[in-house]
Amino acid sequence: MVDTKVNLGGLEMATPVATASGTFGYGFEYEGALDFSSLGAVTAKGIRLDPWPGNAMPRHAEVPGGLVNAIGLQGTGIGHFLDVTVPHYMERIPDAPPMIVNIWGGSVDEYAEVARRLTEASATAECAAIRAIECNVSCPNVKEGGHTFGHDPAVLHRLVSSVRAKTTLPLIVKLAPNVPDIRPYVKACEDGGADALSMINTIPAMVIDIERRRPVLANVTGGLSGRGIHPAAVKLVYDAHKATKLPILAMGGVYEAKDAIEFLLAGATAVAVGTATFSDPSVASKVFSGIVEYCERHGFASVSSVTAALQ
Amino acid sequence: MTDAAAKVVEHENIGSGYRRIVFDAQELASALAPGQFVHVKVPALEESALRRPFSVFDAADGKVTVLYKTVGRGTAALNSASVGDTVCVLGPLGRGFPVSCDGSALLVGGGYGVAPLHFLARRLKEKGFDDMTVFIGGRTSDDLLAVERFRALGVDVRLATNDGSAGVKGLVTDPLDDVLASLRGSGKRFELFACGPDPMLKAVAMRATGTGMKGWISMDRHMICGVGACYACIQKTVRGNSRCCVEGPVFRAEDLVWE
Repeated sequence: MVDTKVNLGGLEMATPVATASGTFGYGFEYEGALDFSSLGAVTAKGIRLDPWPGNAMPRHAEVPGGLVNAIGLQGTGIGHFLDVTVPHYMERIPDAPPMIVNIWGGSVDEYAEVARRLTEASATAECAAIRAIECNVSCPNVKEGGHTFGHDPAVLHRLVSSVRAKTTLPLIVKLAPNVPDIRPYVKACEDGGADALSMINTIPAMVIDIERRRPVLANVTGGLSGRGIHPAAVKLVYDAHKATKLPILAMGGVYEAKDAIEFLLAGATAVAVGTATFSDPSVASKVFSGIVEYCERHGFASVSSVTAALQ
Repeated sequence: MTDAAAKVVEHENIGSGYRRIVFDAQELASALAPGQFVHVKVPALEESALRRPFSVFDAADGKVTVLYKTVGRGTAALNSASVGDTVCVLGPLGRGFPVSCDGSALLVGGGYGVAPLHFLARRLKEKGFDDMTVFIGGRTSDDLLAVERFRALGVDVRLATNDGSAGVKGLVTDPLDDVLASLRGSGKRFELFACGPDPMLKAVAMRATGTGMKGWISMDRHMICGVGACYACIQKTVRGNSRCCVEGPVFRAEDLVWE
């Protein structure tokens, strides 16, 4: 029996497989489509203080090797999320996996306030599924917010320490991939009191309709996800792991167990399945069973011993 | 919702670039309601390709029938699915049409938009509802699908084509307006059910909004997840940015905001 439990900066996960924010709604949307017991965590779609309409249509374009999206973080705001969404998730999904809540905002204060309210709610029975916070400092699709915080280590440090001051929940920071050197950002998270890192977010991208001579996305640019970004993500996880002891939740083009195991070997503690869910809603279950099978085949007694086992 | 491994049991050209594909999917067939859709993993596309949403033309006797037109990479790849192939079909998805009607049921379709209307007509008929007229429009007679299928169900069929090659020369709303005028004259109640290109849907929605009669409009949008998780298939409504895949694809006419 392979021990599949992992600890992501204080977040106890029964399996090393999570879902990536923005690709799995709030969890209940996929009720019936996969075996939730294969998930160590579900990451909820990004939430901020107030409702947010997101971007104009079209919001996505399929490209070879992936998907370019500019959804723009449409969401209902923290009030509705705590009153309706989380209780609904817990009611619909039996033995609901722990929820990581992805947060964003237009200011440091907004991030901190959302974190405070999540922390407060996580102590109640109705929202007990909330077990960790993932700070999104890297969404390429909103002018305000996210992105700016992830591209200046000093600003990132201030953000992480402000959120840290308001939460006792495990604090994960989702980093931007498009930086020349990941190490100053990793250090800013570490010094700011983060418990874990998640990476990578989508890579800024653009698609042009050559007949109409216009950008395909209403937002002009978007973020590339899917199969094509996987090797780039493995490299960044590898770099980040060498620079820190913080556990890493790795994501970017996980379509099969092999992709997830690459992340683990590069230094990740857990992995998230994202865009692949759109083509196969039960892909996370397959990734999980493939990881277990790999551990058995290679004599790993636990998934956690695969982390950084690169030779 | 299940992701059924469904066997292709029929797949044929029905002319003018339109095709008909039939899946053997027992559970899905009995669970589907008219206006709902299925999300298909097209076998000839790469493993990581997004699924393609299709409305349902018919679901009966354990079979699910889809009508489609080759419009892009996904539908072109679906052409190569052969009888005997197994295809992953996720469904039932979305909110469909109500299978009830207060007064005359007026069904308005264009192109492959007739598909969910046919399924609706069949289910209304099975409930003993007879007062149905379907208005089918297209550029030419080649775009008028399933005309005989509607007639076989005993539905009154009115046709319109831009070039006059079948039915009245003009828009599908021309014969519709004639019927609406006579219904209004007699004070008879009606409901509108529509699926087709956006300009047609807008024209139909306008004929329901503010009349006290109900209009049910099925929107066609590119989708990613099909289950309400990704927020890509947005339709503006009085409630804000609504997801076509779960809050639709069938919306109430008065809820839609047209741009």
